Order: sequence, then C-alpha cells, then structure tokens
Amino acid sequence: MTLRYPTLAFLLALVAAPVTAQDGAVVGTPPPQPATTEAPADDGGLTGSVSDENEWQDLGIAITTFATDRDVPTQTNAGSTAQLGQAISQVIASDLKNNGLFKPSGPGGLPQPSLLQVQSPDYPTWSGRGADMLVQGYVKAGADGQLTVGCYLYDVALTRQLVKAGWQFAASDWRRAAHKCSDLVYSRLSGESPFFDSKIAYIAETGPKNRRMKRLAIMDSDGANHRYLTSGQAMALTPRYSPDYSRILYLSYLNGQPSIYSYDLATDRQTLIARTGNPTLAPRWSPDGKWVLYSMARGGTTDIYRISSAGGGTPEKLTNGPGINIGGSYSPDGRQIVFESDRSGNQQIYVMNSDGSNQRRISFFGGRAATPEWSPRGDQIAFTHIAGNLRVGVMNPSGGGMRHLTDSWQDEAPTWSPNGRIVQFFRTARGSGEASIWQVDLTGRNERRLPTPVGASDPAWGPVRP
Amino acid sequence: MSVLTKGPAITKVGATVLLAGALAIAGCKSKPPKELPPEPGAPATSTDTGQMGSGVATPGSQADFVQVMSGADTIYFELDRYDVDSQDQIALARQAQWLARYPAKRATIEGHADERGTREYNLALGERRANSAKNYLVSLGVDPSRLSAVSYGKERPIALGSDEQAYAQNRRAVTVTID
Repeated sequence: MTLRYPTLAFLLALVAAPVTAQDGAVVGTPPPQPATTEAPADDGGLTGSVSDENEWQDLGIAITTFATDRDVPTQTNAGSTAQLGQAISQVIASDLKNNGLFKPSGPGGLPQPSLLQVQSPDYPTWSGRGADMLVQGYVKAGADGQLTVGCYLYDVALTRQLVKAGWQFAASDWRRAAHKCSDLVYSRLSGESPFFDSKIAYIAETGPKNRRMKRLAIMDSDGANHRYLTSGQAMALTPRYSPDYSRILYLSYLNGQPSIYSYDLATDRQTLIARTGNPTLAPRWSPDGKWVLYSMARGGTTDIYRISSAGGGTPEKLTNGPGINIGGSYSPDGRQIVFESDRSGNQQIYVMNSDGSNQRRISFFGGRAATPEWSPRGDQIAFTHIAGNLRVGVMNPSGGGMRHLTDSWQDEAPTWSPNGRIVQFFRTARGSGEASIWQVDLTGRNERRLPTPVGASDPAWGPVRP
Repeated sequence: MSVLTKGPAITKVGATVLLAGALAIAGCKSKPPKELPPEPGAPATSTDTGQMGSGVATPGSQADFVQVMSGADTIYFELDRYDVDSQDQIALARQAQWLARYPAKRATIEGHADERGTREYNLALGERRANSAKNYLVSLGVDPSRLSAVSYGKERPIALGSDEQAYAQNRRAVTVTID
C-alpha cells in the first residue's frame, strides 16, 4: 500500500492558524510549527507499524470535536462555531463508520482539544485511550459568512502528523468540509482515492406498487441535503449526473412517451436530449462530459446512439441490432463502451470501441447479464446478474473473474463510487416491491442501506467535487 | 391464488381472466386494465367488472371498447417473448373490428413487462411488445397513424404479487382507445 501525501492542488492548502494569527486575515499563512516532534508530513508516508501490523480497516481512529477561536453564530443549520465543530466531527465519524472504514470513536465521550492542541496533540492521552490515529481540526467564521475548516490527522504511536488540509466553504456547504476531511483521512490511510465529497442522483418512490410515484431526487453521498427535483406528475427514471454536476440526464414521461431530458440544476429547466419521435432510454455521460449515450427504441428494436452533450448535432448510431441494445457505459479513458444486448437471444454484456466498431460479447458465465457500468478505475465492470435472483456482480473488462457482491432476491443497476471501491445499487423487496438503495464494497462484506426519506431506486453516483 | 389476495379487487379479476386463457372469446368476464396515471382505481374498475349491462357505455368510447372487448383489450406474452400467438391474434382481431367500426378513434398500445428483469431492458421489451401488437393491428388494416405505442416496462404492474401467476398477467400489451 502506498501512503502518499495527497495532492491538494484543488484544496486551499491552508495550515491552521493559531489564535494569535487570526488577525492576519490572509488565509493560508503558515503558522509556526511546533518543531520538536514533528517530522515533515510529506516525506512519502508511513513506514512500519501501521500498515504492517494491521489492516488499515482495523485502525482505531479518535475523532475529536473541532475547536474554534471564537464561539460565534454561523449561517449554518448546525448553530454556532462551537456547535459546528461538534457537528463536523460527527459527520466525519459517521462517514468512516457507515462505510465500514476503520474503527472510529468520538466525538462524544472524548476529550475536547483546545485550539492550540489542534496542532500539537496531547499524544499520551490518546495512546492511553488506545487510539491508533487522531483526527483534530478547527472551525472559524469569517466576516463574510464563509467558514474556514482545518483538518489534521496524527499517528498516535509515531507521535507525528500524517496530513493536514484546510478549506473555505459557504455556510450552507459546511458538511462538505467534513466530507473533505473524511476523504483526507481515508485517502491517507488507505492509499485509495477520495469519494465522500460527492453527490447521488436517484429516483424517490412513494405509493402502491401499481401506481407508484417516481420522482427525480438528489442527495449527498451520505444521504444528507436531500432534495426533490420533479413533482412526480410525470414518472422519472434512470438519472445520471453530469461529471461537473451541472446537469442530470434522466428519463421522463413528461409528454407521454418516455424520453431523455437534460435537467439543468442552475436554472431548473429541462430540455429533450434528442428530438426523435421515438422513445429514448438509458442515458449515460462520457467521462469528459462531452458526449451522451442514449438508446432509442424504434419498431421493436433498440439501438445505442451517441450525441454531443452541447445539444444540436446529429446522433450517431453505434449499434445496429438485432434486438435490444441498451445502456452503454464508457471506459474511463473514453475509448470503449460496455453495453447490454439480447442479440444472442437473451441479455448479455458486450464491449465495443467508442465509434461502435469491434463489438464483442464478454459475458459467458451462465444466466443473463445486464446494466454494465465501467469502474472509474477501469479495472472492473459492475453489472446485474440474472440467474433466478438478480444480484450485483463484478468482472474484469474481458469478462473474467466474475464474482457476486450481493445475494438477495432482487438487486440491480449498480453505480460506482468515484474511486471505484464501492458499488451502490437498488434492492426490490419481494411482494411489496419496495425499493431501497444499498451499497457494498468490493469485498462484498460491508453492505448497508442508505438512509432515504422514502423508497429509492436507480442511484447514480457522481464524481468527487473539486 | 392466495398471493393475490393482497392486491385490490382488480387483481383477482385479472387472474381469473388469465386462467381462462386470455382468449376470452366467450369471455363474459371483463378485464381490468385502465389508463395508468390517474387516481385510485376503484370507481373506474367497478364500471366494467361487475355491472355489465346496467352501465351502458357510450358507443365508441373507451368504456365501450373495454366492455365490448371483455378482456380482449389485452394480450399476454411468454417470458422474454414479444411474438403475437394465435390467442393474441384472436384478441387483436376483435380490437381491429371495433376500431374499424369507429374509424375516427385513435388508440395507444401500452407494453409492459414483469418485475423480474432490469428496469431499462424492460422498458425496451415493453416497447417491443407494444410494437408487436401494433404491427399486427396494422396488418389487419388499421391505419398506423391511428396507433401509438408506449412502454411502461415493469413500472405499472396489474397483478401485484411476486410469483409466476402475477408475472404472466403483467407481461402484456393493453390497447387503450383515446376518448
């Protein structure tokens, strides 16, 4: 496992300013370092004890209430800066705990570090409590309503700082600071890319099975900041966030015929992605956001098309029957597309070049295979395996190494976490048809249901936010 | 049958018709399918289930179509199939007859799938089924411009159970005339 100082190019590589530096006003002024015990944090990471003796998942992490220089009101729903400091550390603890990552404790029941201690932890206290790692931080309110949050990760046994970062957010975005801190901790200790600071589009479901209302909705990766985008008058299905989070492609019955619309999140306006006169289904973005794949049903056959996401332009037909070809998903380099076709007689998974050439089947393990989604890391394809029950599985891009991640009556439509380590999908209950969103990591061991206010299906996980 | 008791009355009727084979020539039982989005099904359903004869529908209306078809407004499909079999042909012939009698009427054919498949594929499959029914009606002389097809995939089941009996009822194409 490589432990490296994360690239913080997009972060405001802010170092915590101690109280005295507060009037310095310039964000990012490096404070004096307590030079005694501190080794440089960017020396390439840990050696020895941490990674060798334990799986990183087993690390005990103490997450303390974030300190503040002045307890003043904020424009957040969490309260004053002191309350916000507690709320932020609670979000971090929940992030890590709910995802089966590490063994987080706190902030409740732990000593509360002072602002000065944020940068020079009281190591004996924490080693006495059996903590392997320590997360500390601070919250400061700016005059403009902006919040500055600093996040520090310490190795208690080695008595040194592993990583630190700071961010500025509008008050309404305070939870993002917590997710950024979770990402920092997770990335530093696991060597994986971050994923917490991301959003999910999905379909909210209410009502009886035969007249269920299906609405477009969004939420943060932890289920917070939930919002409905459509009223439910027209059935909405299968959303996909654009890579820059500015738009959502989804299927709507707005004008009677199922068609793909592009929903603009800045203006709340939506437009048809293509005027075809035929039903359009299964929208997907290219990784760079420049292209959209959709499937169009016409005269009983369904084919996959590509069109510029900017609108206009002529759709380019990538498959040419027979049967149903649907649901293309780009490889992360944009060169290939994995899709589903029943040209062999039932649903199987195929790969083609992004111009439609070289189409070849890759699923040969029995049963039917559907809804392929290429991992953002490129190494795996998640899909729905239909063999009696519907289960979420993964395989490598040549179709080998197939294994199931779930085992339930009906799990379908996997979507990848931004770092390709977790898959979300939706589970339908036998009989009632109640739908719920779940996630599972690639080990298949850490499976959990996401908290949603009502029934939920068709999760679509967007990238990590800049 | 026990599974079906959890659904509303609609479901039982649907099951009966299905068991009768969906050919429904002598029929005398009517079929439930109604237009999809609107209100709780109760009032609409009772008009065409129980009181035959008493509620006389306006000739040429959708209510009349449902009454006259007495089940033949719907055709059913085998698992993963979309072909029109001989029973379906009989039902579609009756639909075509009615449509010939009211040449100004337009109709939408709604294609459906059972719940045991993935959502997107089932949308495409429902379209394929609706299209099969449409093509057959056209082959019987119905002007294609009078017919449209729309798929609801697995999103609008008529039978609410999670068993083969319910699935067989849900794999269907329903013709709904437009008043």
